[in-house]
Amino acid sequence: MNNRRSSLTAVAAITALVAAACGGSSSGGSSPSGGTPSASSSAAALGHFNGKSFTILGQWTGAEQKAFQSVIDGFDKLTGASGKYSAAAGGDEASVLGAKVNGGNPPDVAFVSLPGALQQYAKAGKLVPLGSAAQQAVNANYSNEWVTLGSSNGKVYGVPFDASNKSTVWYNTKGFSNAGLSSTPNDWPTFIKDAQTLHDSGVQIPISVGGGDGWTLTDWFENVYLRTAGTAMYDKLTQHQIKWTDPSVAKALTTLKQVWGSPTLIGSPSNALKVPFTGSVDNTFKANPSSAIVYEASFVATTITGDKLPAKVGVTAKFFPFPSINGSQPTLEAAGDFAVAFSNAPVVQAFLQYVASPEAAKELVSAPGSGFISANKNLSTSAYPDSTLAQLAQQLVSVGDNFRFDMSDQAPAAFGGTPNKGEWADLQAFLGNGNVSAAQQKLEHDAAAAYGT
Amino acid sequence: MSIAEGEPAAGAPAVGSSMLLEAERRTTDGGAARRHKPRRGAPGEKRWFAWVFLAPALVMLGAILLYPLVYSIVRSLFSDTPTGAVKSFVGLHNFRDIFTDSRSLQAVKNNVYWIVVVPTLITILGLVFAVLTERIRWATVFKTVLFMPMAISALASGITFSLIYADQPTRGLGNAIAIGIHDTFSSSSPYPTVQPRDTKVFVGSAKTGFTTHQSYSPGTAALLPLVGLNLTHPPSSTAQATAPSTGSGVFGVVWNDFRLGGGGTLGSVDTGERGLGGMAVQAVQGEKVVATTHAASNGQFSFPTLRSGTYQLRLPASAFGQPFGGYSWLGPNLITPAIMATYLWIYAGFAMVLIAAGMAAIPRDALEAARVDGASEWQVFRRVTAPLLAPVLMVVFVTLAINVLKVFDVVYVLQQVAGGSAGKADVLAVSLFRDFGNQQYGLASAIGVLLVVLVIPAMILNIRRFRRDQT
Repeated sequence: MNNRRSSLTAVAAITALVAAACGGSSSGGSSPSGGTPSASSSAAALGHFNGKSFTILGQWTGAEQKAFQSVIDGFDKLTGASGKYSAAAGGDEASVLGAKVNGGNPPDVAFVSLPGALQQYAKAGKLVPLGSAAQQAVNANYSNEWVTLGSSNGKVYGVPFDASNKSTVWYNTKGFSNAGLSSTPNDWPTFIKDAQTLHDSGVQIPISVGGGDGWTLTDWFENVYLRTAGTAMYDKLTQHQIKWTDPSVAKALTTLKQVWGSPTLIGSPSNALKVPFTGSVDNTFKANPSSAIVYEASFVATTITGDKLPAKVGVTAKFFPFPSINGSQPTLEAAGDFAVAFSNAPVVQAFLQYVASPEAAKELVSAPGSGFISANKNLSTSAYPDSTLAQLAQQLVSVGDNFRFDMSDQAPAAFGGTPNKGEWADLQAFLGNGNVSAAQQKLEHDAAAAYGT
Repeated sequence: MSIAEGEPAAGAPAVGSSMLLEAERRTTDGGAARRHKPRRGAPGEKRWFAWVFLAPALVMLGAILLYPLVYSIVRSLFSDTPTGAVKSFVGLHNFRDIFTDSRSLQAVKNNVYWIVVVPTLITILGLVFAVLTERIRWATVFKTVLFMPMAISALASGITFSLIYADQPTRGLGNAIAIGIHDTFSSSSPYPTVQPRDTKVFVGSAKTGFTTHQSYSPGTAALLPLVGLNLTHPPSSTAQATAPSTGSGVFGVVWNDFRLGGGGTLGSVDTGERGLGGMAVQAVQGEKVVATTHAASNGQFSFPTLRSGTYQLRLPASAFGQPFGGYSWLGPNLITPAIMATYLWIYAGFAMVLIAAGMAAIPRDALEAARVDGASEWQVFRRVTAPLLAPVLMVVFVTLAINVLKVFDVVYVLQQVAGGSAGKADVLAVSLFRDFGNQQYGLASAIGVLLVVLVIPAMILNIRRFRRDQT
């Protein structure tokens, strides 16, 4: 039995090797060949690449893949090139890309969601920096903070593409009206008071915390930390320049505990630890909801429609910005993908230039059902298929440079990106036991190991 | 090839497959005997020819077994950059990490539990099934059913059991049974979600019951406000609450001080607020309960017999107790045993089939002789069956031990639904997979090497046994 299994594995491995060897070859031709008469103004700017093909690696499948494909189609139509997209197997883009790059067979263009990985590849000399045209396009369309996130050592490597707004608290409007709440809370004390009122009105677990997925907890923490410690400290903690045992972390955890430590607000912590992200959205928007509030990013909207929940996004499922804490200024946590080039072919540079343009952003977000939003500041909000998405994007753009990228996405994966490990596991433990100093010790221990300091 | 010559019957159309096999056996035996001689006579002459035929297999084994094995050992001595490239030589540091990091240590511990508990349990279970099925009718049906889980992929089994272990009794068979049994013997409280809004009126907790600060005397209405009733689907025992103006003895109203849509005055009975019918109310003097009554559906209650004195009122804990929610099968305490049970379900049939085959090979006359000599059935089993079965039991045990060391699929699938307590179920193979996914190839390789080292003793045992059997 074992023998048969291993020989099957062998066949699979060889097939994969062959496939890897055949795919991914780029036609790195250099001179743009002029040709198609369908020359619009932007096509002229991008150049013509008749018959040139290049490979793109991303993680999108389903409706998202369709929306992204329309971006590639838009580029192909303008330039005559042909971009070949493949989704990373198993959705595990970081390790698929890592294996390809370390194996000497990178795609021409990759979309990375981890700025840390972008920096690493740039430092290792694997990435090709943006040419002047692409760089101008990025500068013109994105705020400085986005440009910085895609840069390493003063050179810009990444083109920001899709984004998510991770400072949105979603609520069930029926739950609110049943409890007589006519407005949404703007600050932390009101947030807690309103949740208490929801509980009094018979909503068993007013705030559904999806503690089963550690990343929802890191997002909670990051939003609170951003508001209690400010952007400068946030940047330091992101780089692990200050330790997790810092008093600012204690302050954020203590603030967080006002919600996480209250069974009236989130139910029993051991139960919350079993609720996955999708479960927390279901609890809030199902037919007989047991919750009325769920905090997570803009993609909650996609989950509501994707899970076919009875609530209507924008009607009975609305959101308000994560409440301000101790008078903190409007700020925002964001995440997103960056396009980076592993090839110096002109067609690849042209593609990155196109990706940075409002036209590409429009192709991306206007596809219905994908739920994509963009931080491109020259994209008109009328491009969005519905007003909720437009509103989410509007917040993202209007906050300017006063936002920060998801901290755990910038940390090494062993700390910020792995189930049952690092920050995910440590915050789950904190949700369970509420022990601030123990959580800090554990976080610092794991961070030190992962950051290699 | 020689079938047609030696066995002319094989060409006949109605030949049974067993006959064909028999024929083949004979001819190959003959062939081997014939080939034996010349090979012994001419050594080395055609050895290159054998190598030619062996070469593809050797290349395959080298490429997909030997090279990865050696490279894993080498790689386990190096650390990684965050994107998975080799960083620097670190000696045995990665191995030390396995035993110092609390989470991979958990995996090591779990592997120990698995190896101690599971192979033994499955072998015993298999033996019990094998012995018992010998004695019943329809043994084949029974064996088939028991063996069936082996035919299902471990992934599917994991998913099936993730449903059995689901928390909600409407979904999870495990808790449906547990709650069904529990509720047969005890009843649940009527208002588990309801509690006082704050500590102004009551002192106490849901565990001890809530007692009023204030004492009440006959003639004044006691207002006992609570909150938390499900207003969108209120229970039928509740109705519009009314505050009583007069009553006999000590009297009052216990109601849910919140109405759908909010509004109303705190602490007073408003339109839309519901009385908590059936709520038990106790009159307490000192620490002694002197009378108990139940509220009507409009929330009103009275103690007509209490005509003088002052009394505190208490809502006893029985009204608030959380209903029994079943067990958290995939919670931190039960997750590893629960996954082991799944594994047991899959492999018990496998063990049974192997052991039953071994039992069929035991000579009947040995058993008969023991019985004739007056041995009891238990003695026959202890003194005859068990010793003769020992080699088979050993094979089953060692095979399971190897499989259990490498266990991955069932654990991985059930971890997906376990949420925050998933880490408690980690085993080495899962850690390896996860670290590999994190591009920590050095650490992952170290775990892989450790697994190989752990499996080696079992392999040696098995190989020795094969050799012994051959001689």
